[in-house]
Amino acid sequence: MTLPLLEATGLTRHYLMRRGLFGRPVEVRAVNGVSLALERGRTLGLVGESGCGKSTTGRLVLGLERPDAGGVAFEGQPMPPPGTPAWRALRARMQMVFQDPLGALDRRMSIGAQIAEPLEIHRIGDRPERVAQLLRDVGLRPDQAGRYPHELSGGQRQRAVLARALATEPALLVCDEPISALDVSIQAQVMNLLVELQARLSTAILFVSHDLRAVRQVSHRVAVMYLGRIVEEGEPDAVLHDPAHPYAQALVSAIPHPGRRQRRVLLQGDPPNPADRPSGCAFHPRCPAALPLCAQEDPVLKPRPGDGRRVACHVAQGDLPARKAA
Amino acid sequence: MSEPLVALRGLAVDFGGAPALRGIDLAVAPGEALGLVGESGCGKSVTWLAALGLLPGRARVTGSVRLGGEELLGAPPAVLDRVRGGRVAMIFQDPASSLNPVHRIGRQVAEALGLHGGLRGAVARAEARRLLDQVGIPDAGRRLDAYPHELSGGQSQRVMIAMALASRPELLVADEPTTALDVTIQAQILELLGALRRETGMALVLISHDLGVVAETCERVAVMYAGRIVEEAPVGRLFERPTHPYTQGLLGALPPLDGPRRPLAAIPGGVPEPGAMPPGCAFAPRCTQAEPACAAGVPEAVAVEPGHAAACLRATRDLVPA
Repeated sequence: MTLPLLEATGLTRHYLMRRGLFGRPVEVRAVNGVSLALERGRTLGLVGESGCGKSTTGRLVLGLERPDAGGVAFEGQPMPPPGTPAWRALRARMQMVFQDPLGALDRRMSIGAQIAEPLEIHRIGDRPERVAQLLRDVGLRPDQAGRYPHELSGGQRQRAVLARALATEPALLVCDEPISALDVSIQAQVMNLLVELQARLSTAILFVSHDLRAVRQVSHRVAVMYLGRIVEEGEPDAVLHDPAHPYAQALVSAIPHPGRRQRRVLLQGDPPNPADRPSGCAFHPRCPAALPLCAQEDPVLKPRPGDGRRVACHVAQGDLPARKAA
Repeated sequence: MSEPLVALRGLAVDFGGAPALRGIDLAVAPGEALGLVGESGCGKSVTWLAALGLLPGRARVTGSVRLGGEELLGAPPAVLDRVRGGRVAMIFQDPASSLNPVHRIGRQVAEALGLHGGLRGAVARAEARRLLDQVGIPDAGRRLDAYPHELSGGQSQRVMIAMALASRPELLVADEPTTALDVTIQAQILELLGALRRETGMALVLISHDLGVVAETCERVAVMYAGRIVEEAPVGRLFERPTHPYTQGLLGALPPLDGPRRPLAAIPGGVPEPGAMPPGCAFAPRCTQAEPACAAGVPEAVAVEPGHAAACLRATRDLVPA
């Protein structure tokens, strides 16, 4: 196998947060030792609930933020420090798509001018023809280049954002909740477009989303995050149909599903505050299968004996005899 | 169906020439759970804001809204004040902005109890505590003294539900109650709404863009598009035999959880602007099955079978007497 396009090892990002006016600064570990690899033309789906660190992971991967520990390698080379000319040159090959297309576009510029902007910055020639081609690629018409963002619908705006991201022919696209702000029928259009563009351009995609359905639709692999860690990783169908980690099980069973009325695994309580991380496995206070060991020892993400699914859980790994489900 | 609790007839709303609602007929039976589904701008929220007289003055509302036989449209403020938060309570998408950030939550729940039950002081506080307990807030007694910022999103929505329950409403209108919440918290809130309905016997109108949420919570579903109801059916029937092409499109656009992964059946184009409604059926320009006759007139809802109606020329052609 060739080298993966992107390899992140042990990414860690801490923030300092002050509680109250005179409070002592508390360390918040937004991302706490995340390793992932992504190959050309493949999609890795990163799922989890708000505050689990999935967006921060996306920003770390692009070098928009510097990790406190760990590192990112792009095509085998370590990521240059942000702001340097080498990093800027690399940024043409990695692009990001955000949740809110209206917020990502400049309302005072026509979409054609915005799509041409990365071509200017990175000095790529033949602009009008390339802009027209990009618009066609994302399913817009070249004559729409003169339109302003407010003249477009939500789906068309996200298409324009995608066209701009694709302008420099990036090898990697980080999509942070690219469809969450869109209506159901428009979400389907954008998901289809992503899959189709990837097939044509061999772009690698890191697809950050809270929506397991969408992740299954577009991803080749999926990683489930909880409180700054990847707790399970595998093929989308394997994780969706037979989740190994109790958190992944709860997440899958929480997907509302027409026709299915089976019992949900209802989690107790709210996701914990990243500033106040529980000891041992961060999920143990809410876990229906937790053992005494789980409060003491943090499980590592490793292949499970048997099927090789990567999961960070003492119970799923059979580190101890599983307690009978009540 | 027995005597409906709420009956909307020909409800229409116009914002300065742009129609937001174009004739809604909808009934909610006592104790029933009705889902209202549609994309943004289809009028699903406006329907209930109009019914409860909560729209700004520039909105022109016509038609009829009857609550247990009493007409609400154009009713004096005193009548509406008794109904709103009384017989009909409403909760919204963003619980944090519905709570007053400078008051403790116990006081806010007690205020609702004072307005609608006349409870004061220690009695109100005890009742507020019981309500917080009922909606599953742990350690309710101490949480009474918490400020809204000390609560998580899921807990804030629980507090909103507790306030809505204060008047023992006959109908709870929940407008996207879980959209701002994480999926595992969404599951908790949906479970809570179901349990409360069983305990209190209140009716529920769940407004959502998420077909899955509605499928798990409701008994009957109405699908809205561009200010009209295009299909209405019992929940199981709607998902098994969707009749309107828009409903079929919504279901097809939902990524499946199993089976092979193939391109989704996305609905082409986008929702029409309220100021520029296409003639005839508003969905026709996006409809793969449209024919010239669809542009001729707005299709009326026709019963496909008892309890299942669709407003589509093609779907109901054979049923219309020639």
